[in-house]
Amino acid sequence: MDNSLFINIDNGSAVPVEKVPVLETEKFRASLIEAVKNKKREILSFFAMPEGEKFKLIAILGNALAHKFEISSCVIGSSFESMAQKVPAFELFEREIAEQYPITVTGHPWLKPVRNPDKTDFYKMSGDAVHEVAVGPIHAGVIEPGHFRFQCMGEDVYFLEIALGYQHRGIEKLMQGKLDNRFIHMVETASGDTTAAAATAWSHVIEALSGNNAPDDACKIRSIAIELERIACHTGDLGALSGDVAFLPTASFCGRIRGEYLNMTAELCGNRFGRGIAVPGGVRTSLEKARAEKLLAWIDRVRPELYHALDLLFDSPTVLDRFENTGSVSLETAESIGLVGMAGRASGIRRDVRCDYPLPEYGGNPPAMPEIDVQGDVIARARIRYEEIKASHIYLEKMLKEVPAEGLSAAKSENIVLKPDHIAVAVTEAWRGALCYAAVTGNDGSFRRVKIVDPSFHNWTGLAFALRGEQISHFPICNKSFNLSYCGYDL
Amino acid sequence: MTDKFIFWLIWFVISLAAAPILPGIINKVKAFFAGRKGPSVFQLYYDLVKLLRKESIVSTTSGGVLFFAPAVILATLIGAALFLPFGGQHSPLGFTGDIILFFYLLGTSRVAMIFGALDTGSSFEGMGSSREAHFAALAEAAIFAIIAFLVLLTGRCGTEMLSFTGFSGSMYATSLLLCAGAFFVVLLVENCRVPADDPDTHLELTMIHEAMVLDYAGPDLAAILYAGALKLWLFVSFFVMLLMPAGEWSFLEYSSVFTAGIVLTTVIVGCAESCMARYRFLKVPQMLTGALCTALLAVFFLVFFEGVVR
Repeated sequence: MDNSLFINIDNGSAVPVEKVPVLETEKFRASLIEAVKNKKREILSFFAMPEGEKFKLIAILGNALAHKFEISSCVIGSSFESMAQKVPAFELFEREIAEQYPITVTGHPWLKPVRNPDKTDFYKMSGDAVHEVAVGPIHAGVIEPGHFRFQCMGEDVYFLEIALGYQHRGIEKLMQGKLDNRFIHMVETASGDTTAAAATAWSHVIEALSGNNAPDDACKIRSIAIELERIACHTGDLGALSGDVAFLPTASFCGRIRGEYLNMTAELCGNRFGRGIAVPGGVRTSLEKARAEKLLAWIDRVRPELYHALDLLFDSPTVLDRFENTGSVSLETAESIGLVGMAGRASGIRRDVRCDYPLPEYGGNPPAMPEIDVQGDVIARARIRYEEIKASHIYLEKMLKEVPAEGLSAAKSENIVLKPDHIAVAVTEAWRGALCYAAVTGNDGSFRRVKIVDPSFHNWTGLAFALRGEQISHFPICNKSFNLSYCGYDL
Repeated sequence: MTDKFIFWLIWFVISLAAAPILPGIINKVKAFFAGRKGPSVFQLYYDLVKLLRKESIVSTTSGGVLFFAPAVILATLIGAALFLPFGGQHSPLGFTGDIILFFYLLGTSRVAMIFGALDTGSSFEGMGSSREAHFAALAEAAIFAIIAFLVLLTGRCGTEMLSFTGFSGSMYATSLLLCAGAFFVVLLVENCRVPADDPDTHLELTMIHEAMVLDYAGPDLAAILYAGALKLWLFVSFFVMLLMPAGEWSFLEYSSVFTAGIVLTTVIVGCAESCMARYRFLKVPQMLTGALCTALLAVFFLVFFEGVVR
């Protein structure tokens, strides 16, 4: 890539802001469209921040082949021209910018609110036979609030509109200013089921900005926590998928087995959801040989039970009939809207942050990406999860076996001082997909802007597409196969 | 004559009283398959007592149908129960052709249920009603094929025909089993069991029966839940009566075989529910068409191999 258009950086590193090219608006726009459309870059983050009276747009793209991020920027007044018509994946980012700052995005097809459902104008189909079904934000199950509106003809869904933002807490805004001890807790609870992955990404941002890298031991413990989190979430979701089609055995086994993996996380760090494990500079708890062996034995005991329960699910013809060809997202659609992670891989996008943008966590040996045929339907997403569970188990066993006799020790940075006028980016592969943290510091070393992009931010649109032309009664299994985060999106 | 009436009456009363046990048995079987302990088989009784002590709440958007629906549903189902030949005895109210009345009383309860659901104006209940009406229409075809078979087999046109079914002759047995298979499918669909519906789901978008009863509370909900259990009892009884051979039974013999049949059938329903996933909606009509074809095949066997046209 032309160096005058972008600056290349590694995952989990920082550069001075002045080194990021500031392009003219038109050039910025053209280069982004060109990079995403023709050169297959993925959009990791795209946000605005105030720059004096004006605003600065910063785009962070991922170049998976070169294992590098490409950062570019431009300064605008109070409007810029939309790229959504050319590259649909920019659509949501532009709406977010228009909502967060007094910026107009010209030529955007529909600037509806991102996190303000009360102000949404819903799309409506008209006709005598059309009916509208509204679900939520209060649901019958104990789940997060989100509003779904279906435009239906009989049982067929023509259009699904998803309105979120009921849990908007303003995390990005709270994280502006001087680095605070509370920030790590905000990060961990931005989406409570991706705690370890989020805390790891944030820790890398702080480490890059302060120049204190985490020791290898700490990185290994972080990776163990992330993989345990992945297995627990995939297990829970596969059980829930099974429950949604009224297939009892797997549903009830997976509920219990998920608990086992949460308890393993608690054994590792003292919290079932992995809170408080990753901190800037390392991890808070060490892993002694004895506990590693205990975890290893625990996994050996639980794993056959889990595989048995899942084989039952995937061998049951009535279940396969429900999952196959349901809620398909084609590779073309997935690429154009920029699906990430597990859902993207189920549609055939072979991207995985652990391989594409390596962090020291996995030490060059990340869990293998599943090699199975996928069609982008519910069964694909379910099978990908099963394969990832297997790969994570292999990884965990290797890591736990390799724990040396003296154990892996904890480490932590004290008195963190951030470099002024730097931008740092770190992306981890959370169980849903790429989780991106970007931070820009000001001249006093405090945060001017912290930008969080949860994988759910990319993938909610995928769910809406999965439902097009689908039976409305298939919504629950489609939804569960993605199982996206509401609060991670709402921030 | 009086003895027969008393036998019938005893079983009629037992039916009304014991119906809520059936969902309990199914849930116990499901819990067993899931590796859980599960609620007591008497759970529905506790729920009914609890609900009866609460107040009814009728949605303000309702036009009054919702208020009357539970009473109509309960009345029609108890009315239908009056015509079954309990205890192996002809119902005292029975008359020639009352089997049609039996099924149409069940149909009336469904109409009341659907109108009550539509009355709330909720989109979920509208969807549930549309699905219920769709499946019921297809189930009716299978039911009439089954009635035709029974009329041919027994030469009688009332519900008492159920006391005259039997296994004499291999073709009789084959065709009776085919008919029973068809009826079992109808039983699953009509009672909202897996694979046609999922009584345990909390997902409004996939519900059929559950969606239609979302707006009921307190005693109204109790009536609906009880009616559901009674309907299941009626279908299971019908199924057991169908398969019980004709003959001179003493009351004790009849009662023990009938009870065992009811429990066994319910356990089979529970096993089916535990071992398979729910079908997609588009498959339920296929399943019902399959039931219709099976019933017609039973008729065919009877007519062509046994030459039975009494």
